[in-house]
Amino acid sequence: MTIDGRMLKELGIGDVEALFADIPKDIRKDRFDLPDGLDEREVVRAIREMLSADLNSEKAPCFLGAGIYDHFIPAAVKSIVMRSEFITAYTPYEAEISQGMLHSMFEYQSLVSELTGMDVVNSSNYDASTALGEAATMCHRILPKKRFLIPEAMSWEKKSVLRNYLRGPGLEAVEYGYDPYTGGLDPVSLAEKMDDNVCGVYAEVPNFFGTIDPAVMRLKEMFPSVPVVIGVDPISLGLLTPPGEYGADIVIGEGQSLGSPMNFGGPLLGIFACRKEHVRKMPGRLIGMTRDNAGERAFCMTLQTREQHIRRSKATSNICTNEALMAVAAAVYLSVVGPKGLEAIAKANISNARNLMTRIDELPGFDAPAFKAYHFNEFVVRTSVRPEKLNKHLARKGIIGGLDLGRHIPRMNEHMLFATTEMHSEEDHDKLIAALREVA
Amino acid sequence: MYRQARYDTRTVFELGGGSDPCVRLKKDLEDAVPDGMMRKGLCLPEVPERDVVMHYVNLSQRNFSVDNGLYPLGSCTMKYNPKFADILASMPSVTSIHPYQDDDTVQGALRLMHRLEQALCAISDMDAVTLQPAAGAHGEFTGMLIAKAYHKANGQDRTEVVIPDSAHGTNPASAAMAGFGVLEIPSNPDGCVDIEALKNAVSHKTAAFMITNPNTLGIFEDQIREIADIVHDSGALLYYDGANFNAILGMTSPGKMNFDIMHFNLHKTFATPHGGGGPGAGPVGVREHLTKFLPVPRVVERDGKYRLDYDRPDSIGKVRAFHGNFAVLVRAYAYILRHGADGLSEISQAAVLNSNYLKSKLTGEFDLPYRTLRKHEFVISARRQAKDRKVKALDIAKRLLDYGYMAPTIYFPSLVEEALMIEPTETETKETLDRFADTLIQISREDPEVVHAAPSNTSVGRVDELFAARNLILTWKDYLAIEKEEKGSR
Repeated sequence: MTIDGRMLKELGIGDVEALFADIPKDIRKDRFDLPDGLDEREVVRAIREMLSADLNSEKAPCFLGAGIYDHFIPAAVKSIVMRSEFITAYTPYEAEISQGMLHSMFEYQSLVSELTGMDVVNSSNYDASTALGEAATMCHRILPKKRFLIPEAMSWEKKSVLRNYLRGPGLEAVEYGYDPYTGGLDPVSLAEKMDDNVCGVYAEVPNFFGTIDPAVMRLKEMFPSVPVVIGVDPISLGLLTPPGEYGADIVIGEGQSLGSPMNFGGPLLGIFACRKEHVRKMPGRLIGMTRDNAGERAFCMTLQTREQHIRRSKATSNICTNEALMAVAAAVYLSVVGPKGLEAIAKANISNARNLMTRIDELPGFDAPAFKAYHFNEFVVRTSVRPEKLNKHLARKGIIGGLDLGRHIPRMNEHMLFATTEMHSEEDHDKLIAALREVA
Repeated sequence: MYRQARYDTRTVFELGGGSDPCVRLKKDLEDAVPDGMMRKGLCLPEVPERDVVMHYVNLSQRNFSVDNGLYPLGSCTMKYNPKFADILASMPSVTSIHPYQDDDTVQGALRLMHRLEQALCAISDMDAVTLQPAAGAHGEFTGMLIAKAYHKANGQDRTEVVIPDSAHGTNPASAAMAGFGVLEIPSNPDGCVDIEALKNAVSHKTAAFMITNPNTLGIFEDQIREIADIVHDSGALLYYDGANFNAILGMTSPGKMNFDIMHFNLHKTFATPHGGGGPGAGPVGVREHLTKFLPVPRVVERDGKYRLDYDRPDSIGKVRAFHGNFAVLVRAYAYILRHGADGLSEISQAAVLNSNYLKSKLTGEFDLPYRTLRKHEFVISARRQAKDRKVKALDIAKRLLDYGYMAPTIYFPSLVEEALMIEPTETETKETLDRFADTLIQISREDPEVVHAAPSNTSVGRVDELFAARNLILTWKDYLAIEKEEKGSR
């Protein structure tokens, strides 16, 4: 930046320092403990070099999942979301000049509504874990009780985030167990935890073990008066019955799969959907269709009286900056792949997982899948080799290995979670199998 | 005059030629799904890629952004984002790494995070920083959880957070989300924290006082040390809302002002594009006594290697999954490297100069409440225009769109009648500011009927927000239902 002397002159001051006369001397900062600036070429080189030795899924097939997946992103999606008009805009407060963003977000809401079978979708939470936190507090607004039921078979990170969101209203997360044979929810354990103090129940499909658990479809029937929250992988909905059809009150999910890269964990896209009767209790931004003064179709933000900039401490959430661009990416992604494309991608994930688990199971020292159930794109492998050692070996072979499950569910320290997607070729699977054979 | 593109307003659902978009799914993999869980049909639009691209490119042209023109949105810091940062953030070494990779395979990414944390400490004079929060408000929530954990560890039950009435709406919302009662205190006639009101508000129940400095009027709270003493003497923590940090970068710092906790809005201060509302990044910085409460994992350096350390018993745990909005962090780090110690101070100097210059051109035509020296932003009032000519702040905002400017923030803070909150940022030239000032003055004198009819050069005319709230058409399905109803009643 350069200081424009013409402006100083017009202001009648000799030095820009005069504009900081209101900052008392004793709190002035004199120097930074930072190097001086670099030119653009130097910055690009420095950061390229810093990151160049890292392993990434373009260099090595990645078998990690657990909430973030290496899916294919059509070039058209990247091209659209990189457009200046989308990427450098702000929240569309002035509707008339921001129709592009508003219209795209309305389409995102509509597309995800179709996908989940829900009436209303907000235009994004940060990620699935914070969406779950907001879903639990929303359940409490619907049914003011104090306990929220969650599966034991869940990412510990998600549990931790949830507990932080529950601190405000003073709610408690109570875990119900899973069936040790199928990995699905254990209805006996769930029934035991269910009582008059429960404000909501949460289940995932596919669940943390990658299994497609049909028991989720009976939740609403089992507990008709308790809000049911279902966590989804949106790609799987290219093939699976949407939660809206089996009575879910709220659907959340990680939308990264829909056209956003893994990005070392962010930005992600928190999907948040609910039934229309609860719309005023929902967090986040909503875009509505309306008309302009000539009667022409237009879009604007709506129901803002729920939001922090109007309702302040009484708002349904504090969300301001969200993940709008990722929502646009998801809209473009779903439009580009279309219904047949999404179905094909979902099927490719299922059949790739089937192939890989069958091949791993054939290896001595490995048992896959550890749970006898239907799987989407990931599955648990029981291994006689320590997961950490195994992953180090795989990394040396140019493979990004699976997840050490013991970090999430302590008694599963001999288990790993492997994910595969449409990105993996037969050769990628061959490579993994060969490397696993070496350590077995 | 400006003219925004006007294409047709069809949605992607209408592009497929109007036929039923629902596709019946093929049954070939039915044995891969449990009984009854196979989806019957999928009603997504089926449109050729060429038409999808054309649709969204046309939509983009109906959207205004920083790259289109001046975006003087007070309280939001919409500055130009240098393109090299976007290019860097789209490299496979950023986009294609998984957060659960073994630490050894992501040493570069971890080093970048560690260096960014250190740079943010140096800039803010805080002792430790977490990069995990996904947005400014998310950082506030994190900060409130830390305050809660701190008081709890000290065996204190502090239940209230004090906030000035001029604060961003996220402050009270975040404090309430963390379970605190919110006590709003009025500003004094100068638009600053009313010291007496603060003294009366703080007590043994106060967990924290949240403010931004400069405040939302763009005024630097020069009694900040006294404020800090009052807050600290009561045993409470002082929280810095970093939304306006762009104004004081290198000139003072939250640490120098004696704040205990702060959040950064990396997307505002360190220039990463806002993406139409997000993503952002809201790292939180704390002083030594609060470090142990920061979220896990922490990036640590041991024997020249970087590790993610999860073993921190006093930590509040996690506020989002994984490690933060890494792609945003890369952009912010690149921006900090580019400007360095010398350049970062110049950013706030130029931002403050631009703000005061623009303000001086507009006072006279508009009322300027409160004292004159401002930092990065200022609030003028259109109360005279509203009274004399029936031209309200909203009308002026809408008319500005016709001239190719994003409108300033209006009706905030509520202390100012008919408020127009303007933040030009450091990236605009004198010529741009002159043109903008001339335009505002021209609008103030324009035929009120023309201003009331604005905007007329945008892709749609004035939007009926009341209709949207009453009819709640939130999806394409809602639209079809209403259309059907209307046809039926005809």
